Amino acid sequence: MARTLIHLPPEPKRGEVIDIQVTIAHPMETGFRSNDQGVPVPRDILTHFECRFEGHTVFRAELHPAIAANPYIAFTWRVEGPGTLSFTWEGDKGFQQTETVALKVA
Amino acid sequence: MKNLGSALAACVLASTATLAQAADAASTTRRSGADFMSPALQVLQTDAAQNPAQLWVQEGEALWSRAVPGAKPCADCHADGSQRGMAARHPAWDERRGRPVTLAERIDQCRQRHQQQPPQGPDGPELLALAAYLAEASRGLPWAPPADPRLQPWQQRGERLWQQRLGQLNLACTQCHDQHAGAKLGGATIPQAHPTGYPSYRLEWQTLGSLPRRLRGCLVGVRAEPFAPGADEWLALEVFLAQRAAGMVLEGPAVRP
Repeated sequence: MARTLIHLPPEPKRGEVIDIQVTIAHPMETGFRSNDQGVPVPRDILTHFECRFEGHTVFRAELHPAIAANPYIAFTWRVEGPGTLSFTWEGDKGFQQTETVALKVA
Repeated sequence: MKNLGSALAACVLASTATLAQAADAASTTRRSGADFMSPALQVLQTDAAQNPAQLWVQEGEALWSRAVPGAKPCADCHADGSQRGMAARHPAWDERRGRPVTLAERIDQCRQRHQQQPPQGPDGPELLALAAYLAEASRGLPWAPPADPRLQPWQQRGERLWQQRLGQLNLACTQCHDQHAGAKLGGATIPQAHPTGYPSYRLEWQTLGSLPRRLRGCLVGVRAEPFAPGADEWLALEVFLAQRAAGMVLEGPAVRP
């Protein structure tokens, strides 16, 4: 399991536009580099990120080799109400990880 | 013999006096590496939601209280709250080894002695995580390396290394970081090299790294052969740099370009 950081305001109001900031520990190996033996290092990047609220997608991103290691993604979202936000990263070598956060609404 | 002794003592006194004067002169103009960074990078360091080093802090916090099979977690010996200030008091003298130790070495020894873990270099994954966690715990404190007279020979040795020309470029640390700090080297601004933010997340490395790793980078940069891993030279430089930055605010784990 990769380490993740998920930051959102503790108790936003319904209808409020909030910032959601997520970081995941990932090497984002481009596939364009060689190791010290001259052997190409195979590509190992994240390719998709998706944030869902109660199952429906609220934000989605495609990631590419030029994105640095430990990618940080920030986006805004209008709070629909209390519920569960899930964050899913997918990538090479069958990488898939989902983190969930229970959202309380003031 | 007596004359030689007093001459030596005078020499030592003179050198400590110049060192103290240099430190006084420098303290008014000392600037952290963060001061030389762009505003966006400064925010990346200070905003916990953005600083990628928080990934290591989070892991270090978990390691601190996680029980190791057959051994106690760190939190069993070290009371909660004692983490704050640990980073500010290193490098310090270690009685058992009869030499100074850096915080990373202290963590490594503790893990070997009390948790029967294999040794890791300063850039080992668990060591970096714990060092980042302890650096975070001391954020905002002034760096207060101990005024232990036994550290002085190491500090002086570090200062000599600092002033010694090295490598094919024949450059000493002091020529860039004292005499040309603030100037440009290629596109990069030369900082004053106060290691107040280590372990640091360097964008160039795309990961968190230790101070010895950073020093190694500088040696390679002047085309010198780096000292062997774990050599006394690294330690002497760390002791000297800590005294040189004494009183400056700790900002680890920092972000550096």
